[in-house]
Amino acid sequence: MNVNKIMANRLFWPVVMLLVLLIINLLAFPGFFSVQIRDGHLFGSLIDILRNGSPTLMIAVGMTLVIATRGIDLSVGAVCAISGAVACSIILGSSDPASPATVTVAVVVSLLISLVLGLWNGFLVAVVGIQPIIATLILMTAGRGVAMLITEGQILTVNSPPFKAIGSGFFLGLPISVLIAAAIFVFALVLTRRTALGLMIESVGINPEASRLAGVRARGLLIAVYVFTALCAAIAGLVLTSNQTAADANNTGLFIELDAILAVVIGGTSLAGGRYSLLGTLIGALVIQTLVTTVYTVGIPPIATMVFKAAVVTVVCLLQSPRTTELIESARRRNARRRGKAVTA
Amino acid sequence: MIDQQPAVSMENISIEFPGVKALDGVNFRMFPGEVHSLLGENGAGKSTLIKALTGVYRIDSGVITLAGDEVSFHSTAEAQAAGVSTVYQEVNLLTNLTVAENIMLGREPRRFGLIDWRATRARAAELLTKLHLDIDPNSRLGSHSLAVQQLVAIARATGVHARVLILDEPTSSLDADEVQELFRIIRELKDDGVAILFVSHFLDQVYEISDRLTVLRNGKLVGEYLTEEILRIELVQKMIGKELTVLEDLERKTRLQNLDETELTPYVRAIGLGRKGSIEPLDLDVYEGEVVGLAGLLGSGRTELARILSGVDRADVGTLEVEGKAKRIRTPRQSIRDRIIYSSENRREEGILDELTVRDNIALALQADRGWFRPIPKKRQDELAESYIHALNIRPANPDALLKNLSGGNQQKVLLARWLAIAPRLLILDEPTRGIDVGAKAEIQKLVSNLAENGMSVVYISAELEEVLRLSHRIAVMRDRRMVADIENDDLTTDNLLAIIADGATTEAVA
Repeated sequence: MNVNKIMANRLFWPVVMLLVLLIINLLAFPGFFSVQIRDGHLFGSLIDILRNGSPTLMIAVGMTLVIATRGIDLSVGAVCAISGAVACSIILGSSDPASPATVTVAVVVSLLISLVLGLWNGFLVAVVGIQPIIATLILMTAGRGVAMLITEGQILTVNSPPFKAIGSGFFLGLPISVLIAAAIFVFALVLTRRTALGLMIESVGINPEASRLAGVRARGLLIAVYVFTALCAAIAGLVLTSNQTAADANNTGLFIELDAILAVVIGGTSLAGGRYSLLGTLIGALVIQTLVTTVYTVGIPPIATMVFKAAVVTVVCLLQSPRTTELIESARRRNARRRGKAVTA
Repeated sequence: MIDQQPAVSMENISIEFPGVKALDGVNFRMFPGEVHSLLGENGAGKSTLIKALTGVYRIDSGVITLAGDEVSFHSTAEAQAAGVSTVYQEVNLLTNLTVAENIMLGREPRRFGLIDWRATRARAAELLTKLHLDIDPNSRLGSHSLAVQQLVAIARATGVHARVLILDEPTSSLDADEVQELFRIIRELKDDGVAILFVSHFLDQVYEISDRLTVLRNGKLVGEYLTEEILRIELVQKMIGKELTVLEDLERKTRLQNLDETELTPYVRAIGLGRKGSIEPLDLDVYEGEVVGLAGLLGSGRTELARILSGVDRADVGTLEVEGKAKRIRTPRQSIRDRIIYSSENRREEGILDELTVRDNIALALQADRGWFRPIPKKRQDELAESYIHALNIRPANPDALLKNLSGGNQQKVLLARWLAIAPRLLILDEPTRGIDVGAKAEIQKLVSNLAENGMSVVYISAELEEVLRLSHRIAVMRDRRMVADIENDDLTTDNLLAIIADGATTEAVA
């Protein structure tokens, strides 16, 4: 594989960005790459990045598919809050908060509720025909209110070891939240790329009417994609709530929809729909989380964090823009021609 | 004329796309006050050359000069500002805006820095009047037919003080009168000293309107000729190279069997099928192995009938029988189950998936029919793509090429491949040869008649009567959203057919 081919790959710039960020961290903090085994668990900055980034990744996976259908889901943060609130209120209301059975019931019920929320989004988009950004804005605004009603305006703190394990436990040396994110990622990858689902999603995203004429069931597909994203968001909400051991209707998953959308965009999937890359989304989510970590290791003052983050995202997006690609491409070709001439002369 | 300075001169132009050498050292020039036709098969590089001139594509090498000055446009806006206006093959307007907004977009008259809507509408109305186009400038563009939209696009292009006007297949959706209107306008502009580049697959029109011709083949220049000095047969030879054999006249194939229609059940039978605001209730039978031509003017209900037959639009009265059984077909998916396929006239909006590969485009309908959980194995997809690329002579012969990098005619072939891959029993082709060159057109016609010979039923819609006459066993004529005739194509001539289309002879009288 030659250099040009590698550079033309749409994952080239995100990967470069990730490596640059990691190197900056390494320079600022030489022990950055070290991973130790403590009490049989893996510890280290890299593990932290994976663990803290896992809720964003879970949601970004669903978001990738939604965006591929030319849609968007703004309600994921609110769904996080609802699923956390439902789980915590069930655990608090039970006689035995520490029993695995209680936690299982809590998890299943919050997933079922988010399934209904996903159906609602899908119904608005696919059946009623509301534009996705408006359709999901409804749940984005209303959802936090619903979560507030469930928690009755309180921050619900739970003390349940099995529930706590979801966000901060370890299995086979790895954080459980990372394993869950990995499972969702692999599930989505296999489901869409080992079947024809990916092709259908892309075709609906590129041209819904042409797809319909070719016999693609666009409506069912859209609903399924929104349901899947809501389920991803619910799981992320459980992880976040478990990590904080508290459900906070106002703050759980706040702005996580923006991080998820950013991860998708950095990963090279166009908001215009069509071709998508789950691998790109994974890299995008890692870039975002590494960025947050970098802020701490490099010692950027917290008040400048948002600006720094925005700057990096701007650079990635600029590098990936068609205009830049075109400029690099034509410069490369001009070079090649000059070299070619030199050889013949 | 030759001593004049050319209005446009393009020298040694090359453009390469991933996997396709679209233009290879092409020279091209145009003089003020002449109509110049650009000719070539699909994929010859006509559209690419135009896009290079108008700043859509950047050229990899070569020099473009406009009235002697070297130029390098980075956008169509820059080209337009320099006096190079284009009307593209596929209408490139905003259907959700009004006619006036479309015509004046980007150059609305202003007052105190704000758009002067009254003047905008007045100016648009003026341009429409010049084109004798009697439509309300305030109406939404999307509410008009493709033909009207095409004329609006021309009004838009002539609105700028154009020195060079490029018309890429401007007549493909116009009827004969509208073509004459357009030609009148072209002649007026020509007398004003505008250089007009005219691209069309209709050789009659090329010979009628143009002064000079440039022929391209496979991205290379074949030559430049004066229209009056080149015979049609020579021209066609230059366009398609040596493969003149494909042009041999198709003999009208006799039907699969000598059908005794009273005994046989038609594959599809429409009884009193209609839809409010679309077509009046009508009857139509299509037998196995039969080609039924649908003739009629634009807007006569040809396309509407096709859409209702195939479940794309729902019928609200009447019944549709498939092999004698009444069916309730409400979606294209259901009709595909019965192997009834509609191939839309609107390739870009309702056909191709431009961001996907040739392979994916071909596999899509078959895959949708199998269901997403049973993916077509990669190997089978490759075989499918390879066999159709070969059978339909799709260029470039690369299954991984993105569809947006193919020419219009090749996109059409990919679309046909998509439908053929699911083995249709009834294939409804709506203008399958529109905007396609002679060679490919003959290939497609030949394909249709072979398919019918092998038992497939075909409903064939075309604005070109000769094509309908040549291919069809039976012809149904639509007029004002009614079926006015359903006749055997025994000794019909274009004149007969024209008379029916024009006067709407009753079914009884002719049948």
